Amino acid sequence: MRFAIRAGLVVAAVLLVALIALPLANLFLHLTPADVAAALQTPEALDALRLSAVTTVIALAVIIALGTPLAYILARFSFPGRRVVDALVDVPIVVPPAVAGLALLLAFGRNGTFGPLLHAAGIQLAFTTAAVVIAQVFVASPFYVRAARAGFAGVDRTLEAASLTLGMGPLRTFARITVPLAAPALVGGAVLSWARALGEFGATIMFAGNLMGTTQTLPLAVYVQLESGNVPVAVALAVVMIACSLVIVFGVRSLEAR
Amino acid sequence: MLTFALRAVLRDFTFEAAAEIPNGVTVVLGPSGAGKSTLLRFIAGLQAPDAGRITLAGRTLCDTAAHVWVPPQDRNIGVVFQEYALFPHLTVGANVAYGLRARRRSAADTAAKTERALAILEIAHLANHRVTALSGGQRQRVALARALAIEPAALLLDEPLSALDPATRERVRDELAALFSDIRVPALLVTHDDADRAAFGERSLHLARGTVAANERYASPEKETA
Repeated sequence: MRFAIRAGLVVAAVLLVALIALPLANLFLHLTPADVAAALQTPEALDALRLSAVTTVIALAVIIALGTPLAYILARFSFPGRRVVDALVDVPIVVPPAVAGLALLLAFGRNGTFGPLLHAAGIQLAFTTAAVVIAQVFVASPFYVRAARAGFAGVDRTLEAASLTLGMGPLRTFARITVPLAAPALVGGAVLSWARALGEFGATIMFAGNLMGTTQTLPLAVYVQLESGNVPVAVALAVVMIACSLVIVFGVRSLEAR
Repeated sequence: MLTFALRAVLRDFTFEAAAEIPNGVTVVLGPSGAGKSTLLRFIAGLQAPDAGRITLAGRTLCDTAAHVWVPPQDRNIGVVFQEYALFPHLTVGANVAYGLRARRRSAADTAAKTERALAILEIAHLANHRVTALSGGQRQRVALARALAIEPAALLLDEPLSALDPATRERVRDELAALFSDIRVPALLVTHDDADRAAFGERSLHLARGTVAANERYASPEKETA
């Protein structure tokens, strides 16, 4: 009987691991490295690689610039509505990306609620590279803000008090004590956030569209290449993204283990 | 000379205290929860009183009536925290040099003053060690060296011996008493250990917890001269 239970546990575990590992490993076996290199030289692939690199780096910069103060406020201050804001920050994780894209379009699109206002200011967001970045910020920011909030909350405030009494002002104390001590959480959150931005598909295609060189990021290019029967390019781009994911997951793990 | 007259409504009681602290060590006594640590936080500028005034060597650090508030980073007061609050990501040397870096002293001046503070506390050989690898007694010395390196106008020590094991405590107490015997700034040493009072205190300040409305007498410190 105990043998049967053990066997059942192992079978269940092996099945799920296989379901995750087999398709991913199979992708790498689908093409030779030479095929991948050749497929990545096509204009469609180069455009998508360049666009994804640029937009995800900008999105990550925006997330860090705006998310760090938000995470610090949530970790350190209590104010009316703090719990609501705290929960709201996590919402994009559970909102389906296509729904997020629809919401962005209906808010900031040409015919959206704030469309006329933006148009009057000479700003067009929908179906531009800026929309790609906004979609990525929307879906990816929770990963950084959550991690940073926990990182800041874990810094002993007596250390900051000690820094103040030694003559460092609040900003220098933040830079020399708070940030270095929260650094593992900040870096881990930033990396996960970047990975989520890189994989973003649903909100991007709804809000930014699918224009080669302007809004067609890596995941969109994979979809388009597959639809048009150009399987090698789709697989080559997929291999690039999976390689990034693997580096990120194992990198974050080793960072957490330190 | 350090003077204060402070009033603050805290969560459990109303804090009300006034005293003049001359140069040298004054031991602050009282049961836990009496507001001893809070008094140090007021003086260091880490917490603001509801009303009151603090002066140090003739300089007003806080005066609620005149809206004067000197922030902690500009008070030049050395603080030794109860658990020492050493910066875990820095070496012993960098911890001691921290306050001098804050003052943007020259590299040579910072190095010389750091070296001197390390030498006084006899921890020069630990300069390149991570503080996380030190014993309790060593951490205590680093905390003190860090507070003294800035040549503070006053020194605040919050139960500096309580984190040490009993054997180390005896030894460090004697060393501290010797070190402080010729200190030329006001030093407040918080403790609830009578042995500390015997070792350090030619002067002591008693703080008792209390609600002013209920028992005003106990809320004020009584100054004693031995």
